[in-house]
Amino acid sequence: MKRKIYIHDVSLRDGSHAISHKLSKEQIVLYCQAAEKAGVPSVEVGHGNGLGASSLQVGFSVLEDFEMLTIARENLKKTKLAIHVMPGFATINKDLRKAFDIGVDLVREACHCTEADITERHIAFAREKGKEVIGALMMTHMASKEILLEEALKMQSFGAEGIVLYDSAGAYLPGDVKEKISFLVSNLNIPVGFHAHNNLGMAIANSITAVESGAQIIDGAIRGFGAGAGNAQLEVLVAVLQKLEYNTGISLYKILDAAEIAQEQILEELPSIKNLSIISGLSGVFSGFAKHVSRLAKEYELDPRDIFIELGRRKVVAGQEDLIVEVALDLKKLNSTNNINLNG
Amino acid sequence: MKKKKINIAILGTGNIGTDLLIKVMRSAFLNCSLFVGRNLNSKGISKAINLGVTVSDRSIDILKENPDLYDLVFDATSAMQHIQHAKIFKELNKLVIDLTPARVGILCVPSVNLAESLLENNINTITCGGQASIPLAYALGIVHHSIEYIEVVSAIASKSAGPGTRVNLDEYIETTEKGIQMFSKCKKSKVILILNPADPCIDMQTTIQAAIIDPDMNSITNEVNKMVEKIQKFVPGYQLVVPPTFEGKRVIMTVRVKGLGDYLPTYAGNLDIINCAAITIAEEYSKTLTSTKSRK
Repeated sequence: MKRKIYIHDVSLRDGSHAISHKLSKEQIVLYCQAAEKAGVPSVEVGHGNGLGASSLQVGFSVLEDFEMLTIARENLKKTKLAIHVMPGFATINKDLRKAFDIGVDLVREACHCTEADITERHIAFAREKGKEVIGALMMTHMASKEILLEEALKMQSFGAEGIVLYDSAGAYLPGDVKEKISFLVSNLNIPVGFHAHNNLGMAIANSITAVESGAQIIDGAIRGFGAGAGNAQLEVLVAVLQKLEYNTGISLYKILDAAEIAQEQILEELPSIKNLSIISGLSGVFSGFAKHVSRLAKEYELDPRDIFIELGRRKVVAGQEDLIVEVALDLKKLNSTNNINLNG
Repeated sequence: MKKKKINIAILGTGNIGTDLLIKVMRSAFLNCSLFVGRNLNSKGISKAINLGVTVSDRSIDILKENPDLYDLVFDATSAMQHIQHAKIFKELNKLVIDLTPARVGILCVPSVNLAESLLENNINTITCGGQASIPLAYALGIVHHSIEYIEVVSAIASKSAGPGTRVNLDEYIETTEKGIQMFSKCKKSKVILILNPADPCIDMQTTIQAAIIDPDMNSITNEVNKMVEKIQKFVPGYQLVVPPTFEGKRVIMTVRVKGLGDYLPTYAGNLDIINCAAITIAEEYSKTLTSTKSRK
């Protein structure tokens, strides 16, 4: 047996994007119980954009953060309860304190990959309260390995006990993974992880490349249940890692059972790589924008691909969903005034 | 005859403090007598030395020891620090314009409550996102009473957010939310701040969304336009880029703030909108000082 790989399950957080943040109580109960049975080390729960993100901007969740966390807490024993937190959305006083009172074990303190210093106070606070804290650098395709290391070192100095690189736009190819992960692994004292999206069909391949480059933490979602084209499919990860003789501690049969439960009870549709996901992966735009783009494209009679490409050109980051309206209005104006074909 | 300028001190030499200094130096009413921080090698202090301004690295202590050198002080440090500073200025009986989101004093949006704010000794300029959005939320509140929910999302260029801003994100959110509620009288507010690392830098942008079931779009547009005009008088780069639009059960509008490019380039509208507010307050105060000499 080779070394141990820690699988972090983001189904009930990243998957929220795929169902417009409509997770129900029953769904959380069912999935938490199934994940617990399978021996999943940690389950992340909440709005797709994390704690305190429920809003007009990125969509309201049906259940409030604290309802979701309370339900999950009641159904997780050995499996850790995790949250995704982005400074700028959530605050210590409004959100973190309450989440800790409910009994969250693990915090993914997240930010855009060049903004690590905004996580300092949250990380310090979470550590002070005895929580396990992992630093999450998002949209990492936008920064070089040197910059990513600098930012990761900041998080390490604040108290993060691990660093996960997020491929939020599903833009990585295995070569990129190898370059960045192995650089971080050889320069940090804490475990490194990878969070894949499947826009270009690379989620599993990229995750395995990460493992072979020294990553110890891999994010996955059941049936790939996540934003856009979805994440690395958790049960496939478990199977492939088993074949490669890594130890995940997860029971393959039981995680397959969990996948069936999720498919029947939670997923509205199986994640697939739709045209827009391919375009968003290519243009390097956050996968979570897909639903907003489709809705506005319909409303303003535009080609959603044009919207994505324009968003990519403007280098938008998660949380800037309001820009989609502006881009739509601008494109509409362009279309009606001189009929320019942006597909060129 | 030349008008007599009042002396002001600037505490904090980061992005906000340094941009403020340049604006003060243009003012017909204000003279910067002290520019103080903690590090003589900081970019801000170097800039001030080049401009011939008296500087010190003894921060609050130098202000404590020399109260006669200034009539009012701008605090551009951080929320945690201002809470300490506020006590000191209170003892010294100095007017302080607090540019941190500490929310110790009265929340001031010059286009709405300037006169009322000048009756106080500690005036808080809320936040950059607050200065950009609250006047518009107030305009919405004139048309629709007790709006259920108002949400404000601001995106600013990463390069424009210095260490003080970064360490104060929580206070930024909570203070802006409070301001939105107070001025618009809405029932609930939510504030989100995005630091955008895009290169070239994006201009500061703020979107206001309000959950209004049956909005009176004509009156809203009218009130919003009036307010925008008012703000443009002291923040010329303030621009409505998405006019009030009713879309999916919400009224949405977006403003972009281009700065004057004083200290940082024009993308840093976030510096301008809060600093122009602070300057407006200080100049108005100087007028009251020179006309009457009495203050509470």
